[in-house]
Amino acid sequence: MSHLILPQPDRAVIARRDSIVADLKRLVGAAAIIADEVGRRAYETDALTAYRRLPLAVVLPSTTEEVARVLSYCHQGGIKVVARGAGTSLSGGALPAEDAVVVAVSRMTRILDIDYVNRIARVEVGITNLAISEAVKSAGFFYAPDPSSQLACTLAGNIGMNSGGAHCLKYGVTTNNVLGLKMVLVDGSIVELGGAHLDAPGYDILGLMIGSEGQFGIVTEATVRILRAAEGARPMLLGFDSSEAAGQCVAAIIGSGIIPVAIEFMDRPAIRVCEAFAKAGYPDVEALLIVEVEGSEEEITSLLQRIGTLAKAFNPRELRVSQSPEQSAAIWKGRKSAFGAIGRISDYYCMDGTIPLGKLAEVLVAIARICDRHGLSVANIFHAGDGNLHPLILYDANDPQQAEKAEQAGAEVLELCVAVGGCLTGEHGVGIEKRDLMRVQFNATDLAQQMRIKTVFDPKWLLNPAKVFPLEGRQEAQQEASLAAA
Amino acid sequence: MRSDVRPVDEREFAQILTQASADATTIEIKGAGSKEGIGRPMATAMRLSTRALRGLTLYEPNEMVMAARAGTPLAQLEASLAERGQMLAFEPADLAAAVAGEADAATIGGVFATNSSGPRRIAVGAARDHLLGVRAVNGRGEIFKAGGRVMKNVTGVDLCRGLAGSWGTLAVISEVTFKVLPIPEHTETLVLLGLSDDIAVEVLTTAMATPFEVSGAAHVQSPLVARLEHPGLRGQGLSVTALRLENFVASVAARKDKLKAVLRAYGEIHDLDHDNSLALWQELRQLSPLKGSDQPLWRLSTAPSAGPKVVAAIARYTEVSAFYDWAGGLIWLEILPATDAGAADIRRVIAAHGGHATLIRAAPEVRAAVPVFQPLEAGVEAISRRLKAAFDPAGILNPGRMYADI
Repeated sequence: MSHLILPQPDRAVIARRDSIVADLKRLVGAAAIIADEVGRRAYETDALTAYRRLPLAVVLPSTTEEVARVLSYCHQGGIKVVARGAGTSLSGGALPAEDAVVVAVSRMTRILDIDYVNRIARVEVGITNLAISEAVKSAGFFYAPDPSSQLACTLAGNIGMNSGGAHCLKYGVTTNNVLGLKMVLVDGSIVELGGAHLDAPGYDILGLMIGSEGQFGIVTEATVRILRAAEGARPMLLGFDSSEAAGQCVAAIIGSGIIPVAIEFMDRPAIRVCEAFAKAGYPDVEALLIVEVEGSEEEITSLLQRIGTLAKAFNPRELRVSQSPEQSAAIWKGRKSAFGAIGRISDYYCMDGTIPLGKLAEVLVAIARICDRHGLSVANIFHAGDGNLHPLILYDANDPQQAEKAEQAGAEVLELCVAVGGCLTGEHGVGIEKRDLMRVQFNATDLAQQMRIKTVFDPKWLLNPAKVFPLEGRQEAQQEASLAAA
Repeated sequence: MRSDVRPVDEREFAQILTQASADATTIEIKGAGSKEGIGRPMATAMRLSTRALRGLTLYEPNEMVMAARAGTPLAQLEASLAERGQMLAFEPADLAAAVAGEADAATIGGVFATNSSGPRRIAVGAARDHLLGVRAVNGRGEIFKAGGRVMKNVTGVDLCRGLAGSWGTLAVISEVTFKVLPIPEHTETLVLLGLSDDIAVEVLTTAMATPFEVSGAAHVQSPLVARLEHPGLRGQGLSVTALRLENFVASVAARKDKLKAVLRAYGEIHDLDHDNSLALWQELRQLSPLKGSDQPLWRLSTAPSAGPKVVAAIARYTEVSAFYDWAGGLIWLEILPATDAGAADIRRVIAAHGGHATLIRAAPEVRAAVPVFQPLEAGVEAISRRLKAAFDPAGILNPGRMYADI
């Protein structure tokens, strides 16, 4: 796996490495620079490990002003910059380049303010996702987006990728939960967007920034919404003989006016692996739904009863409500550790397409067929409420042929998602991985408009190079936009 | 008066804009014109309406998604949703009452182009949070799309957010795809009467910090209460502080009791039943406390706890009447007429407390003379200019409606 073309690094920049490192040390102090090869190795990839590049240098700033100094310097010197949080990107969003400086915000972890009256927290974005919720937990609050990697991933990366999670059916994704940002533009200038209020004046630049995958600037601080947690929450398990029945059950639940806080789907291969790992008590069925509802004890009981009644129309093989906090924890542990559990038995390639729910059964059949044709097996995990599908294509990373097939099968799966009305990525981002597939979802005009926005923020295209946008058409967008701005 | 040109499809829009871009012909873009009186006055060579772009293009109730052409009347679209027990959860505010426009006339394109969101915004997000996909024609006359029809989509630059709230200055939105939600089975409202702004906002923010999913948190000062239609409230002569609970019947009942217990110390709490609640929140959504006046009207956005301080500070310069929504963070403020509609004082106060202010209602000559939208910090303004150029290099779309030369 690694068929994507990465541009030839700029030899002239690499030749200046020693002086660049010396300059960076002068700008932010030697303790904030990693220049030795062993140290840099730790930053050569992210969670898309098939691609690796040793960065020119790594900067670990502690303040917004340090980020500004580094960006200003790099901008003047024409040096590319790759922003990085915890490096958990599954799409290669934090993959470095040999001629690029990595700016990792992982030291910027302070909580600057927690304001329960206005229900906001202001934080530095190197903080982990879970740490925000932990900081406000004692007051009964939480930060809503909950990607599976929340123990490790930073808010910086969440903002970069507009991350979701299992509970975004009810609470939305990152862009719905961030009210303000402090960011450094490519030329080193510092800009603040939004704040403690619910909308920002002028254009929704905040909305453009979130999910911009490090293409537009480096975010250093954020004001996020914190929400009061429900009185309680409880999952139930619904097992079915077919994914079709499970999909119809999800539609029936939503159609009835109930919006559960989460509806997760697993197919038999995923169930078996997760059960072996977490001992969650998952039934061995063709398709399993984990449906979680929130509220008071009475509300939970009543909602789960309603859901149970609805589900009976689809002949569930298993219908079981969690009986204790321990059972609930085990049920979620199985789901949230699915990637890890499957990783214990096989290498896998994790896809992230989104599809219209009504196409679920058809898409699962087609995915099985695609993988079968490439001689690979697949396990499917699905945020069913919002249509975000994670097929995990199993392969042997030590077999280059299998790796190539996995990548090929993955591309076909994503093309299928787009063909049925969905999209390439629901929450992992385009990164390097899906860069060339963007043309499947967007035509040249769509992409040109996106690339003009990129040029607005980064006229020389120095930020997070070679990602998100196909390599063709970049120069045109750059020229047009600079003409228009002139 | 010039008549509106009504292109019949996206392609015709594209042809007209391509030509206009080449000729530098400036164009006012409008839907039904329900918000026509808002923004800086424009003197464009041409006026294009999206009204002929009508009709739902997709509705999948079980997937909570709908798509419609931009000129589809909001009322028609909401009626289609209601037939299936669904709604636009952000309950777009109807600004017509505030600016003496035609009530109930808004188009869905205009709703998203102005990011118009009502009381439920505080619980479920704004219009921009529900926008899943757009088709649009940029100032070059190019048709482009962004987003899609699925709930989770991070593929490419988020142009949906970029276009929401851009007031037709970047591109002509031709079709929108958006998330819809079930209409709650039951609605009730807790009302406290006669509270001062300070105490009222304390009540609202306290309620929002409970787990009971309050979906509306508003406070109307007594002079504005007198403009409500609701007979029971209008006659009280007191300020009204209202908290909305929506859910299944049993849940609302239980939550109401628990919320009352939390707020007991603030005085007597009155109940509005389901029908009365729907009537009140419909009025608040339609900005009925702001109707029938021609005094300058401002829309202020700030942190909820700062709301009463902002209002009190402005009241030192002029007579004010305030309607607070979003737990105090959104303030509709009427003031006495002044040559600059109070802009200098209001902007100075808001700068001290954080947030921003938009002049919603004022005579055209006033709106031409003072910044209607909040002046932007230099760095943000520079980005905004470049964004405008990236969509509309010839500067032909709604020129100057938001900011001079943008």
